[in-house]
Amino acid sequence: MPRVIVGLSGGVDSAVAALLLKREGYDVTGVTLRTWLSDSGDEGRCCEIDDARRIAMKLDIPYYPLNCADSFKRYVIDYFVGSYLKGETPNPCIECNRYIKWDRMLYYSNILKCDYVATGHYASVIRLDNGRYTVKQALHAKKDQTYMLYKLTQEQLKKTLMPLGELTKERVRQIAENEGLPVANKPDSQELCFISDDDYAGYIEAHCPDSIPEEGNFVDDMGNILGRHKGIIHYTVGQRKGLGISAKNPLYVKYIDPVKNEIVLGEENEVFYDKVECLDTNFLSIERPPAGSEFECRVKVRYHHRPQEAKVRITDVNSAVISFYEPVKAPAPGQSAVFYDNDECVIGGGIIKRSDQS
Amino acid sequence: MIYADNAATTKMSKAAIDTMFRLVNDTWGNASSLYSVGQTSKEVLEQAREDIANLIGAEPKEIIFTSGGSEADNQAILSAAKIGASKGKKHIISSAFEHHAVLHTLERLKEDGFEITLLDVHEDGIIREDELEDAIREDTCLVTIMYANNEIGTVQPISRLGEICKKHNVLFHTDAVQAIGHIPVNVNDDNVDMLSASAHKFHGPKGVGFLYVKKGIRVTNLINGGAQEKGRRAGTENVPGIAAMAVALKEAVESLSENYENVSKKRDCLIEGLSKIEHSALNGDAKKRLPGNVNFCFEGIEGESLLLLLDDKGIMASSGSACTSGSLDPSHVLLAIGRVHDVAHGSLRLTINEETTDEDVEYIIKAVDEVVTYLRSFSPIWRDLVAGKKQFIL
Repeated sequence: MPRVIVGLSGGVDSAVAALLLKREGYDVTGVTLRTWLSDSGDEGRCCEIDDARRIAMKLDIPYYPLNCADSFKRYVIDYFVGSYLKGETPNPCIECNRYIKWDRMLYYSNILKCDYVATGHYASVIRLDNGRYTVKQALHAKKDQTYMLYKLTQEQLKKTLMPLGELTKERVRQIAENEGLPVANKPDSQELCFISDDDYAGYIEAHCPDSIPEEGNFVDDMGNILGRHKGIIHYTVGQRKGLGISAKNPLYVKYIDPVKNEIVLGEENEVFYDKVECLDTNFLSIERPPAGSEFECRVKVRYHHRPQEAKVRITDVNSAVISFYEPVKAPAPGQSAVFYDNDECVIGGGIIKRSDQS
Repeated sequence: MIYADNAATTKMSKAAIDTMFRLVNDTWGNASSLYSVGQTSKEVLEQAREDIANLIGAEPKEIIFTSGGSEADNQAILSAAKIGASKGKKHIISSAFEHHAVLHTLERLKEDGFEITLLDVHEDGIIREDELEDAIREDTCLVTIMYANNEIGTVQPISRLGEICKKHNVLFHTDAVQAIGHIPVNVNDDNVDMLSASAHKFHGPKGVGFLYVKKGIRVTNLINGGAQEKGRRAGTENVPGIAAMAVALKEAVESLSENYENVSKKRDCLIEGLSKIEHSALNGDAKKRLPGNVNFCFEGIEGESLLLLLDDKGIMASSGSACTSGSLDPSHVLLAIGRVHDVAHGSLRLTINEETTDEDVEYIIKAVDEVVTYLRSFSPIWRDLVAGKKQFIL
């Protein structure tokens, strides 16, 4: 009987993933990766161990809560804070998947002598004819989570099972309810698991190793001062609300300059770009293409973005330039651009460095 | 299965279970009631108090029953703080590696304007007498030092520390939760004014403990209500639990010297066997420690992974205190004796007892050796250490 270690978050998705694998005959062990504790003793919303333990008891599988706080701080929190300080908009879930969830789960799967790791992500792991592994978008696109998974390595994907790729959320809840799982109607987790009240700026201030960037000027393209901003960590490229500037037409954050401590604002048409440069690329469905090569695909520049047609040109060993046929709105440095093929499989992706209008 | 986590809790002894079961039936009456079924309960309760007092050299009225060690620690410290504050003395001395029942109570007192001095526990986990004497000030109202540490098992020179406190007229409290029933404890010889104990650490039931308070010291109530425990701890008494505690303590004290000899020999075998694993180190002094306590750090591994694999081999152990396993930080005890963060994460606490056999000891040594070797085979930290990219510490 193949052995699989399932990451139980305490939510309904991972609970049903464990249940389905058990039904298929896998020898299932549940684990929860404990990533952080708040001052009041609350754990991350991604890892509610009391609910997870109850699920494991109900499913009658062994269960262990495991301490990953050190890695989480290093790969997720420090990265998250550092990214905002550089004027970027980080995507901590992508880093967490790569360096915490999969890295640590595979480590524990070694210890517990398991053959696979499994999660409750809405996506499917596919082995292609070329021998490579990739993730395919969930059948029901509303819940698709492949955007968050493009950074996984081939070694990681090879040992991964995702049983929910072809199910709807409603169906998953129904399965949980039929089985009498106590979390069948638990609401979905929202936002980032380690920030309790959506107060990003407060969190960054509390975890910043140095001093917090001070107030500065809003400026236009020409450098004319339009007003004062509260500090760059409070803003994201594409943001319109909360700028506190009155203008004839609504203004958007166009660019954050951490060196000058300035935020450049522009009207809506100024935050559309057709050239997006990205770094730290990773490839799933294909081997890393040589520099200079090009391919057509569809690209998402944020989690809730409908993929748009584009041409990707590999510029260097780690970088690529995406040329969109229709300009995309507000691709934010620090977010990821993820490339999809016509079969809705992830080709690869990278982290957005800068954008241009040609 | 080998149970090697007796510092977390012990299995109840047969005599304690029998007593408890019998008394759940026989002493169902309220010990404060006038009629005979109530008076029976009261009699059993007071007999237990007398037995416990005799076993530690105290008088019965100096024993207050509590819900366990944590409550006793809280009550002792808050009582001494109140006495101190009434005289304008708001300085308390403790140590860096106390149980959180002590440390967190002290933290709270800090908010009320108390000044806290935490003594260094040094690499061997032993407090120095001269450092205590140097720390005592005019306004010191309490010294609270644990008898034996719950993680590394080091035993403090309590009698000498108590003598120093006596000389300077400062109240002395000791958290003896890990010590009592395992090493000789006598409140007179040990010069203590207050002492905390918990039944489940010496084969008694959970949820029961006591606080010894020398007569003449005014005790502050934590639980307000009825006049039980002479008005010092309200709430209808848990008579079966308290009586079972007395029985368990009597057994433990009666077989103490025999157990001490037998268990400490096995402890020394364990220490000798585990010391052979390369890049490992015993935490705390090798001899001045509880008879059943072994605590090691192994470089390049995580204690938690070690426990998972030992569990798989039928060995129940821990990486440190069960009371702090909810925390994600490394042990404050290991940091206090100077272990660095990474090394402190690779800890293993084995706490054996009189039921542990020589075969168990051999099996544990073999299992730990295998598991450490296996974990190091795919540990990135170990790889860096072997490649010389990082310096070995142990």
